[in-house]
Order: sequence, then C-alpha cells, then structure tokens
Amino acid sequence: MPLENRSLKARYRREWIVRAGTFLCAAISILTTIGIIYVLVSESIGFFKEVSVMKFTTGTTWGPPNEFGVLPLVSGTMIIAVLAGIIAIPLGLLGAVYLSEYANERVRLIMKPVLELLAGIPTIVYGFFAVTFVTPQLKKLLPDLPAYNALSAGIVVGIMILPIVASLSEEALNAVPRSLREGGLALGATKGEVIRGIVIPGALSGIMSAFLLALARAAGETMAVTLAAGQMPNLTWDVTQSMQTMSAYIVSIAKGEAPAGSVEYQTLFAVGLALFVITLTMNMLAQKLVTRYRLKYA
Amino acid sequence: MPDITVPSNNLTTRLPILRILKERLFIVLCIIGTVFGVLALVTLFYQVFVDGWHRLSWDFLTSMPSRHADRAGVLPALVGTLWLLVLTTLVTVPLGIGSAVYLEEFAPKNRLSKLIQVNIANLAGVPSIVYGLLGLAIFVRTLSLERSLAAAALTMSLLILPMVITASQEAIRAVPNSFREGSLALGATRWETVRNAVLPSAYSGILTGVILGLSRALGEAAPLIAIGAATFVSTVPKSPMEEGFTVLPIQIFNWADRPKREFLENSAAAIIVLMTVILVFNLLAAILRTKARKRTRA
Repeated sequence: MPLENRSLKARYRREWIVRAGTFLCAAISILTTIGIIYVLVSESIGFFKEVSVMKFTTGTTWGPPNEFGVLPLVSGTMIIAVLAGIIAIPLGLLGAVYLSEYANERVRLIMKPVLELLAGIPTIVYGFFAVTFVTPQLKKLLPDLPAYNALSAGIVVGIMILPIVASLSEEALNAVPRSLREGGLALGATKGEVIRGIVIPGALSGIMSAFLLALARAAGETMAVTLAAGQMPNLTWDVTQSMQTMSAYIVSIAKGEAPAGSVEYQTLFAVGLALFVITLTMNMLAQKLVTRYRLKYA
Repeated sequence: MPDITVPSNNLTTRLPILRILKERLFIVLCIIGTVFGVLALVTLFYQVFVDGWHRLSWDFLTSMPSRHADRAGVLPALVGTLWLLVLTTLVTVPLGIGSAVYLEEFAPKNRLSKLIQVNIANLAGVPSIVYGLLGLAIFVRTLSLERSLAAAALTMSLLILPMVITASQEAIRAVPNSFREGSLALGATRWETVRNAVLPSAYSGILTGVILGLSRALGEAAPLIAIGAATFVSTVPKSPMEEGFTVLPIQIFNWADRPKREFLENSAAAIIVLMTVILVFNLLAAILRTKARKRTRA
C-alpha cells in the first residue's frame, strides 16, 4: 500500500507500536540476566540453609550428599583453564603478531577462515579429539597417564580458545596507530624490536582483555572437559590426574534424574552460581580493559 | 670536492649478528604460532575421518541408536537437531533483529540503553551450561514445558541472542546515514525508513550473524543436557511439545563416553555429519559476508 494512502495518524500509531515492540525485544536481554541471577540465587538459598556459605567456599572435599566443599571443583576448573592459557596465550599472541604485522594479504585471507573454523568447532568434538588423539599421544610420553586426566583436557581447551586469543589480540594490535611504529623504525629499531618494544606494550590492555576473555571461556567450557578430564572431584596440583570441573559436575548430575528440591538438584544451582560469579568477574574485568585501550587511541 | 666521503656500507650490514638472529627467531616463532592452529585443525579432521568415515552410510543416517554399535544410527538425533534448528530460528530471528533495530535506530541516548548494551556484552560471556540451568528452572519447571524441544529451543535462543544482536547491530550501523536521511527527507517515519531503507541494505550482514549464531546452537550439548535432554532416545520427535528428544552433539557425547572402540567410531561418524552441517552454515555465512562487503563498498 503506498504511503500516501495511509492517514498520518495510522502511520504514527504504527511507528509507536514498532518502537514499543522492538523495545520489548531489547528488554529480553535484561530479563535474561535477571532470570539467571534469580534462578541461581533462589535455588541456592535452600542449599545454603543446609550448608553454610563458609563450608561451601572453603571446604576441601566435594562428595554430595555428605561433603559440600566446592574447592576441588574450583581448582579443577582453574587448573584446566590455566593449562589452556599456557597453550593458547603465547601461541595466540604470536599468531596475532604474525597476522597483523608480517603476513601479506593472501596469508591473512587463508588464515582468517581457518581460525573462524577452529572457533566454530563444537566443544564436544574437542572432547572426542582429546580422548582419541591427545591422551593416547601423551601416553607415549607419560606411560602411567590415566585415561581421564586434566592435562589432555587443558590442551584441547587451549586449542579451542586459541582463535579467541588470536583474533582479539590482532584487533588490539591493529588499533595501535601507524605513527608509533614509524617513530620506532625511524629511530633505527628493527621491525621485531618495534613490535616487542612499542606495538605490544601499546596494545597491552587490549591483549590482556583478550587473555581474560579466553580464560573465562575456558573456565565455562563443559563438554570437552567432561569427556577428557573425567568425573572425579580432586584437589591436587598433579595435572596427570583426573579432575572434575564445576561445569562437568553440573553435567554429571543433570544426566541423571535429580528430583527438584533434592539436595543434588540444589547443588546444581549453587555450583552454577559459583561458576557464574567467577566467569562474570573475568568478563567484566576484560571489558574494563578494552574500554581503556579504546579511549587511549580514539 | 674530495672532502666529503659517502659512507659506503649500508645499514643492514651494520646490524650486529645477534640482533639479526633475534629478528629471524621472532618471525619464526610468530609463524609457529600461526601454523599451530592450522595443524591442530588438520589433525583433528584427519583423526575424525580415520575413525568415522567407514561407518558413514545411508543406514547410519536412518537407523535408531542401538546397543549394538554396528547397527546404531543417528536418526532421532538428526531429526532432533533439525527441529531444534527450525524452532530456534523462529524465536531468535524476530527477537534478535528487533533488539538490534531498537538499539541502533530508536534507543534514546540514556542510561537504560547503555545498560542494555553492556548487559548484552556480559551475557555473551556467560557459560552455556548456566543458560542450561536457567532453562531447567524457567522453561522446564516453571512453564512446565518439560524436557521438550520447545524448552530446548527457547534456551538455545537465549544463548545465541547476544551474538545475533551484536552482529545485526554491526550490520545496521554499516548502513550509510545518507540512506536514512534520504528516506526521512521524503517524509517517511523512522520505522518506514528502517523497513524500506535500512533493513534491506543490512540484510546480508544480519543473515550472516543469524547463521553463525545458529551454527553455534547446532554444536551445543551442555545446556541441553542441563535441561534434561535424554542421552538415549529411540523415537523420532513428532512435535515440539513432546517429552524426550536428543540432538547430534548429545548423541556424540553418549557414544564417546563409552569405553568400547566401536562406539567411538560411531561418535566419529556422527561428528562428520554434524561438522558437515556446520561447515555448510559457515560457508553460507562467508559468502553472504563477501556480498555484504561488496554492497557497502559500492
């Protein structure tokens, strides 16, 4: 229907309806956050009536329905995230440097989709890769390695977060103005010296933010660690042992039928709350850092 | 004038050998960082193909899962994945585009708009398993959708919405302001401008975001396990409200979690099926993106 056939009133009414409608769509994101916090907190309250918050956060044994110390799950999560970081952070940063500073257009054109593909592979596939390839290979080096171990999980999660580190760091490196590079070169520094002494320090807050985001992703990762690291809550530094992460615990309980209201059902939400708080803190820190480097070169 | 002598040796030969070596070493390290990702991708695909290729057949796609590994197939999982895909698209597309249109075109510059924006960024970092807990408490229990595809699709939509909204916003932002001004100058309202001038030219960018979001949803298993998707289903789902369903990633998990070698091979074959679908999606997104770029340049 041509516009001129509609009365102005009808057109403005439509305008108002669309604005209200799209606002409601956008409001759903707020509702989602409120929903997540409400669900996690309200379902955990019953749990924390039985088990004190102190016992939960400082206890060193996790074995519902008797022991409720969440530390073994937290340490499992953190150790695997750190292992993943040890793999992904240096390799990802070096890759980002290569792509942003050295590579020609053709290499970049090939590498970008490869990284995207790597980022698009479902985490369950990485779990499969850990079980069928990484663990058997590691066994050649460490014959005593059990079938489920944190090391293999950390390695595949590292491969998984590598594209995140690489693409976000590259963005940060690209944001460093050309003039800074030229200034360094004019002083007689080599390209490598300029990169290490000027470009990387200049992009540091962005790079740190990339690291944090990637580590948060590693901490929240579920399927790969469930398959590769096993289902044993284990408070240890020994990465060759089996460990259970917070997310893997949630999966192991959710797989069975925990009746609503039972203590197992409640632990799902208490552990979920702990995981949510940890990853949210990391993400918010990362965002703070990003705004800092955006301001610097804006 | 013989007084002035031109230095004959050029600068590069003056660089001490150590600096040159350092320079070379640095480039090599950067290349290693880049190549590592490619190698990991190639190894992963190779491993999956070696394990799973011989299990792929028409029978594998059209059979029910079974206790006997050699007779088992992925039919319920495949149909479940397709159902989930369609339902998630129906929920995500209007909500995602609506939110993006509101935030880019209608939202006043106030604290609420800023809050929504920051909130979307935070939601993107929430671990998928936490969305599963949200779905379990809200959709499965409170709205009593039970363990149905409808509950799964709603959970998945919430999970991928931040990604879809951000991508759509970027596409809308890329539309030149002159398009909007032209339309407004002809007397169109804001919404008429959005509908007739902005959305048509942001179309391929938005579609790219939607496709990438959906391809993430295709590979997710953790939130669905949390809402109680079954790991062993021997019926093909007929309606979104039916209780009990499974999807490809969960079937892969179920098979990979068993010690028997034959089941791992089934798992690999199912991965090939899943990855084929995801690859097609990524390819589509890549093609659309090049198209979108050409359009903005033109």
